[in-house]
Amino acid sequence: MKTLALPRQLPRTLPRNYLPVLVTGALFLAMFVAGGIRYEGFATGQIILNVFIDNAFLLVVAVGMTFVILTGGIDLSVGSVVALTTMISASLLPSTPSFLVILLVLAIGGTLGAAMGAIIHYFEIQPFIVTLAGMFLARGLCYTIGTDSIPITDPTFTSIAQTHIVLGPDLWISPSVLIAVAVVVLATYTLHYTRTGRNVYAVGGNEQSALLMGLPVARTKIVVYTISGLCSALGGLLLSFYMLSGYGLHAVGMELDAIAAVVIGGTLLTGGSGYLLGTVLGVLVLGLIQTVISFEGTLSSWWTKIVIGLLLLIFILLQRLIVTTGATRDR
Amino acid sequence: MKRLAWPLGMLAALLLVNLIFTDHFFQIEIKDGHLYGSLIDIFRFGAPLILVALGMTLVIATSGIDLSVGSVVAISGAMACLQITSLSSQDSIGGVLGAAGIALGLAVALGVGNGFLVAVIGIQPIIATLILMVAGRGLAQLISDGQIITVNSAPYKLIGGGYWLTLPFGIIIVAVVLALTAFFTRRLALGLLIESVGGNAEASRLSGIRSRGILIVVYAFCALCAGIAGLMISSNVSSADGNNAGLWIELDAILAVVIGGTSLAGGRFSLSGTVLGALIIQTLTTTIYSIGVPPETTLLFKALVVTIVCLLQSPAFRAKVFRNRRKPAPPAVSAEEKVTVAT
Amino acid sequence: MAEAILRMTGIGKEFPGVRALDGVDFRLLPGEVHALMGENGAGKSTLIKVLTGVYSIDAGEIELAGTKVAFTGPLEAQKAGISTVYQEVNLCRNLSVAENVFIGREPRKFGRINWREMRRRTAELLRQLDLAIDVSKPLSHYSLAIQQMVAIARAIDIDARVLILDEPTSSLDAGEVAQLFRVMRRLKDQGIAILFVSHFLDQIYEIADRMTILRNGRLVGEYATAELPQVELVAKMIGRELAELERLDDRPPARTSDTLVEAVELGGKVAPFSLTIQEGEVVGLAGLLGSGRTEIARLLFGADHAATGTVRIGGEQVSLRTPRIAMSKGVAFCSENRREEGLVPELTVRENLILALQADRGWSRPVPRKKQDELVAKYIKALNIRPDNPEMLIRNLSGGNQQKVLLARWLILEPKLLILDEPTRGIDVGAKAEIQKLVVELSDGGMAVLFISAELDEVLRLSHKVAVLRDRRVVAELPNDDNLTTDVLMETIASGAAK
Repeated sequence: MKTLALPRQLPRTLPRNYLPVLVTGALFLAMFVAGGIRYEGFATGQIILNVFIDNAFLLVVAVGMTFVILTGGIDLSVGSVVALTTMISASLLPSTPSFLVILLVLAIGGTLGAAMGAIIHYFEIQPFIVTLAGMFLARGLCYTIGTDSIPITDPTFTSIAQTHIVLGPDLWISPSVLIAVAVVVLATYTLHYTRTGRNVYAVGGNEQSALLMGLPVARTKIVVYTISGLCSALGGLLLSFYMLSGYGLHAVGMELDAIAAVVIGGTLLTGGSGYLLGTVLGVLVLGLIQTVISFEGTLSSWWTKIVIGLLLLIFILLQRLIVTTGATRDR
Repeated sequence: MKRLAWPLGMLAALLLVNLIFTDHFFQIEIKDGHLYGSLIDIFRFGAPLILVALGMTLVIATSGIDLSVGSVVAISGAMACLQITSLSSQDSIGGVLGAAGIALGLAVALGVGNGFLVAVIGIQPIIATLILMVAGRGLAQLISDGQIITVNSAPYKLIGGGYWLTLPFGIIIVAVVLALTAFFTRRLALGLLIESVGGNAEASRLSGIRSRGILIVVYAFCALCAGIAGLMISSNVSSADGNNAGLWIELDAILAVVIGGTSLAGGRFSLSGTVLGALIIQTLTTTIYSIGVPPETTLLFKALVVTIVCLLQSPAFRAKVFRNRRKPAPPAVSAEEKVTVAT
Repeated sequence: MAEAILRMTGIGKEFPGVRALDGVDFRLLPGEVHALMGENGAGKSTLIKVLTGVYSIDAGEIELAGTKVAFTGPLEAQKAGISTVYQEVNLCRNLSVAENVFIGREPRKFGRINWREMRRRTAELLRQLDLAIDVSKPLSHYSLAIQQMVAIARAIDIDARVLILDEPTSSLDAGEVAQLFRVMRRLKDQGIAILFVSHFLDQIYEIADRMTILRNGRLVGEYATAELPQVELVAKMIGRELAELERLDDRPPARTSDTLVEAVELGGKVAPFSLTIQEGEVVGLAGLLGSGRTEIARLLFGADHAATGTVRIGGEQVSLRTPRIAMSKGVAFCSENRREEGLVPELTVRENLILALQADRGWSRPVPRKKQDELVAKYIKALNIRPDNPEMLIRNLSGGNQQKVLLARWLILEPKLLILDEPTRGIDVGAKAEIQKLVVELSDGGMAVLFISAELDEVLRLSHKVAVLRDRRVVAELPNDDNLTTDVLMETIASGAAK
């Protein structure tokens, strides 16, 4: 049978979809190497593990955010749901078995997410404003539980908090890191090897087309917000292990960190393109910035925000460039 | 004026609650030549929010959004306080004016940056302004070197905490900015052009409107309003806190705009609606304090209000919920629309 | 002749106030390419939407392979074997080619998606369409032509018996069209019935076996392509019925005056063309839908960028980069797409009316309210805009009155050249006559008008000269003398050359 060689099929070894992830990976490596050269005791495995340990909860939340952003949505409620989870856990733990508490907060997070997803889809209200309401609601619920920080003394929680899993000489991680890694693996599998995962990309690529192709758009949209709610609740649990307290002011502004991690990880904010690996790298970059700044000593902590903002700017401009050149070629 | 009926009703209901539960709520008295009273306080404490919401109204009318106003509030306050501390005499009126000018100039520059990203580079407004929202807090702390800068300047104190002609100075500033905004948008043609760009960007371009310029002006104006609000907030407490000044004010401002009847989809805007919206939010806060409900529940009320207002604004919601009660649309109009779709 | 796979009989569809389809019969045979022909408003899109379940029908019935069907949506039609490929391909361009073919029904192994199998099957499927591409690359990596073929592959693999191709060739180049046609022939041989919509007559005559012609929502007839000469096709599409319009005075006298606009080898989305327009002259653009009429208008207004050529206005060479520049040179453009490019629906009649004037003056010099009211009152009266309430939202006006407001928006500026793109489309007969009369008055007053319309009668009646377009190319420029008739115009459109 005769086949045609197509003129438009440009030779490209590097699909432009992977480019942002590679840039982020290179950035992380460069920061690590530069840090290693500049600071004594920086280039150790434990430095990277510490980034994981200190940001396990952010990683889990950012995974949920990745799902939402892949569909072209956004979830501003994550930070508040994290805080609400720590608050509910801390207030219930003295009187309730810990496994029940864990199940309960996960259920609350999932339900909140599902409700927001349903409102977004069925009433066609912008995700931004619906999750804003969710943010108010969750923060408000925190304050109605209590305005002060509540310490967590539950033995299960404290033992998880104090466990060190030794990986080798001078290398250790916390159980939270294991949980976060498990979440990443599970989410990656879901995104790449299940129909639900592919539907997420399809909806983010073109919702109208997805509908016409017979994909379950409503279910997909509700599912991603549910996943985000679940991840926020789980992130809240990890933060409870880390802080051993519940507080209404925990995780203020965390939604911004999560969004920044996803964007720096190369996921398009307009949806449809991005990888979880990118999000992991995004979180690592954010964490490493903090580490570098703490090593530098003379640099103050607020530089973190400025650098993150600059990175956001660069990556958004980069995204814009990729989309524009892509559109030109596609006519 | 039908569009203002909802917010007016809401405000009336809130005031009614106060009338019943709070003693002396409507009492206004003059002490030492200054006006005092709960109502005055609502205006006084609500002034920064009204300002930010005014700027936000114009941005939303262009079918955009500005998330960075909270950061600009912090930056402007920090900049002004930093300049004042470097004055030889903090009570020098010229020096304070200069400091305020520098702070507001910086705010406008940041706004122009936002406008540039949106209008020229073509980035979605929510994303473009997210950048400054994140970086701005850092910038504010960079300016104040991470400290809370305290100033002791009588002229500066006047901006947010002082009185002039028996009125709190903040109210006068709001009145002036509101009057100027109304002048530029309603007496001059800026408002029409903004509404046109927000209502149909392509038709506006083909009518010869310079939409890029308009977008940049609007984002700059929004930042300017946030800058003034930043001066007020920091002046009121005579200090600048890069971390907490203006925290979440962007959300309150968006809420005020939405309550005031300006649609998030852009187009028609209502300045008076926005002022009402901001007053409602401030009254809500005051009411919650005064009737003894724990103040922490304010956020819950806001969540409720956002949800209700947005549901009522959503055509899909109205279609689904009020389907049975709606009269059929007038045929002449829908005929033309449908045919255009059909051909 | 084989039994029809699809049979639609007596289809009626009414929208409030308009009968979009009236007793239309349509049948599609397996293994044929069938062209659906008609001008704007003929009912082509409505018929396709009725067939694919986007709209329900008010009268008639649809039979698929002998069974009566009533689809409630495109999905149901798809499941029954009727698939549609639109010009704007309805796929997810961010996903890989293979996924676009299989999403929603991906092959799975142990519950996980079997990517290898999916790629293998896609490659095989595309090979049947003579297409050898890397199926793991995102769809956006490929040209629109290939994207369409991927959409076709998906449709076929879902077991389509009827394939609807809605203007698939609009943005393809010649090589791509040839490739698409090869695929279509192959599918035809497999017994698939293809419904084909295109504005390019050459393509119709190349690929279609039979055609059905619609006009004004009614069936004109069903013909074998080989037996219907092009000129008859054009005549049947455009029709000869003279609308019951009040007679205008005789054809306006040709003028000899100064050259206003001189475009030389101007090109972009149309092939380079040259055109001169005199002051006070009405130049008609005749051609079928999609022949490049609007593209010429947009080039002259600076709404699109020109790739080649120069424009002189009033003797001065100008670079029309933006509409503003064109406006400053005295050019005004009233778009055919009222809703997307004309109206600002939330604004009032008054505000819409003064919008261009205000844009011209800038934000700092508002049109004084008194002046606004005068202008608005003047034009409401002059153009007989109903209802005559300037404070009404424009979206509540009828189409004809909206059109008049948009016209007034430009007339206020007193332009030297007014470009009217289908100003009389979709409006009632009375409004139509008023707009035609207005064009004559404006021209008498010295304004040059570029008049675009699908109705040849109208073009002939108003124009001093007519440029004829076919397949995105100006094929002739004819003076409107006594020899020029609608027949001649049709002949020119059909043959692609002046006699």
